[in-house]
Amino acid sequence: ALIQCKTSTLNWQQRNLEGYVGFANLPNQVYRKSVKRGFEFTLMVVGESGLGKSTLINSLFLTDLYSKDYPGPSQRIKKTVQVEQSKVLVKEGGVQLTLTIVDTPGFGDAVDNSNCWQPVINYIDSKCEDFLNAESRVNRRSMPDNRVHCCLYFIAPSGHGLKPLDIEFMKRLHDKVNVIPLIAKADTLTPEECQLFKKQIMKEIQEHKIKIYEFPDTEDDEDNKLIRKIKEKMPLAVVGSNVVIEVNGKKVRGRQYPWGVAEVENGEHCDFTVLRNMLIRTHMQDLKDVTNNVHYENYRSKKLAAVTCNGVDASKTKGQLTKSPLAQMEEERRDHVMKMKKMEAEMEQVFEMKVKEKKQKLKDSEAELERRHEQMKRNLEAQYKELEEKRRVFEEEKVNWEAQQRILEQQKLDASKTMEKNKKKGKIF
Amino acid sequence: MANTPRSRVNLLSKAISGTHSSTGGSTLLGYIGIDTIIEQMRKKTMKTGFDFNIMVVGHSGLGKSTLVNTLFKSQVSRRSAGWARDEKIPKTVEIKSVSHVIEEGGVKMKLTLVDTPGFGDQINNDNCWEPISKFINEQYEKFLKEEVNITRKKRIPDTRVHCCLYFISPTGHSLRQLDIEFMKRLSHSVNIIPIIAKADTMTTEERQEFKQRVRKELEMSGIEFYPQKEFDDDMEDKSDNDKIREAMPFAVVGSDKEYQVNGKRVLGRKTAWGVVEVENPNHCEFAQLRDFLIRSHLQDLKEVTHNIHYETYRAKRLNENGGLHPISSSDTQESNL
Repeated sequence: ALIQCKTSTLNWQQRNLEGYVGFANLPNQVYRKSVKRGFEFTLMVVGESGLGKSTLINSLFLTDLYSKDYPGPSQRIKKTVQVEQSKVLVKEGGVQLTLTIVDTPGFGDAVDNSNCWQPVINYIDSKCEDFLNAESRVNRRSMPDNRVHCCLYFIAPSGHGLKPLDIEFMKRLHDKVNVIPLIAKADTLTPEECQLFKKQIMKEIQEHKIKIYEFPDTEDDEDNKLIRKIKEKMPLAVVGSNVVIEVNGKKVRGRQYPWGVAEVENGEHCDFTVLRNMLIRTHMQDLKDVTNNVHYENYRSKKLAAVTCNGVDASKTKGQLTKSPLAQMEEERRDHVMKMKKMEAEMEQVFEMKVKEKKQKLKDSEAELERRHEQMKRNLEAQYKELEEKRRVFEEEKVNWEAQQRILEQQKLDASKTMEKNKKKGKIF
Repeated sequence: MANTPRSRVNLLSKAISGTHSSTGGSTLLGYIGIDTIIEQMRKKTMKTGFDFNIMVVGHSGLGKSTLVNTLFKSQVSRRSAGWARDEKIPKTVEIKSVSHVIEEGGVKMKLTLVDTPGFGDQINNDNCWEPISKFINEQYEKFLKEEVNITRKKRIPDTRVHCCLYFISPTGHSLRQLDIEFMKRLSHSVNIIPIIAKADTMTTEERQEFKQRVRKELEMSGIEFYPQKEFDDDMEDKSDNDKIREAMPFAVVGSDKEYQVNGKRVLGRKTAWGVVEVENPNHCEFAQLRDFLIRSHLQDLKEVTHNIHYETYRAKRLNENGGLHPISSSDTQESNL
């Protein structure tokens, strides 16, 4: 086995190995560890209502994240833009993915849409801040990554170009998150209109210097060719559907019109397969890396620069970044101790409560027992009395009977006596 | 032009002679020729021609210009798909009106198309209906001023908006807030006909559901679109209009390109999975809209505008200032001098 290093900056020496060492197995170890750990991915969808965002998510992940009972935008009459997140755990081939979908209902729906991007920006920033705080802790055993890895922006298929709202939004978010613009409901456009539209959009994106997500070049030429093909198709024109229709004996997912069936997974009808492959099969990890290395670092350096520059932090951090590590450790320890104390106090409370409950129960049962005891005693006494009564009666009877017996005996005795007397008198006949 | 068939006249005269009118009408003893007045009217209108003003409202990209071109089968409005895009979306709603004279069967029509670019395109669309409302009222004002003149022109040029086609975006869910606001405010000053644009976005079931929802919302918001229920003259009108109201808003597709389908040339849109035929009633309701708008209710639209909307405006105006002073013909006198 030969070791080759691609970084030409360092002067590595190539060494030949004389036997099989075995570190070629490293990728497998990494693989096994990652599979055990599972993966996380956060996807945000932004666009006006009625552009088919929920349908597309359902189609991408072949699930019903947004079921038919999920209230559609017509019922979600909210006056401000909301940011909602829903988590789903999907498993495939032993690999576990925690997928978080962030939805932004109400975006662009009002009459006055100024600053409708603000809640979205706030959400992204708050997730980055959470991660920053978690990273700066001394004890960071568990660091859940809730940062938004990718933002799918849905453009209405007008056929003209970008709307002012689209431009504003993308300008404000292109350096905070990976923005992938999509043409929604692409079955509205004929192939020529679609081409024109895509060109127009790309021109405007370049004009306004919007930085959408760029596919990285790889060393492999084959892959590069594919990537270039994908780049030419940007922005991707997608159609979503989970309804299965039969076309020429084949079952496909699509939309049934009186004039034909628009197939979702047909490359000539729309770019859905391109999007799915790119998003899930090839570039998911890259999206996460770019989020981590570029967008998050931007956020972090801006945040920290603001702090060190002014000395006073304008935004509200937990003050963890202004102290030296030792002080921070102290603070953390204090935090931890306080947390422990609180937990203790809570546990004590719970314990007390439980004890009280138990005592109460016992008291109750005692009272119950007492009562039963009393009752039984009374029963017993009653029975005793009864028995006494019976006994008395019996005694009386006995006495009577004995008296009678005595009388009888006496009579018998008398009778025998008289008989004897008679016998004695010899009056025997 | 003696095209009047004698048989028709005879039938009519029989009908007239057979009725007893409440005003004590007498039965005719012979053919007089009163019914030729229809023919005379026809001749006159053909000479003078008539005008029709239609306004299209909706945010950009909904196919308004394409639809108008398809309706009138000519390039009455420049197709924005061919924009070089140096015409950016205007910052405020503009009103652009273009007039064309089209002729068919000897009948001349001066068609004025009023376009409203910039409607609903901004980030903040508050009050974007105001320029439109102002424009409509300005046209009424112009007409009113002309009418109130002492020396009136023989034929007052009619620039009032007879019909406003409002384009609803085919989201598949419901009306947008902006749609409701606009229609609420303008349904009392102009005839609004709501249309679902780009209907080839939706499958047949989705279209039905969407229509139901839109109709319900319109009802709930109290929006009276044309044909308004309160203006139905008689039972016949009512039943016709009821049928139309049930089918509204029409879901339309516009196109001015032709394709071969089954050996016929049809107007349509060619996609990778089929051709959407514009005039096929199974595909979309364009044919219904065209028949309704042009072939049956064109005159009615003008009449409702004149008799009802214009009168409302006039009454309001005259009550406001305690009456308008008729503009003395000092200007015309000056020009004569």
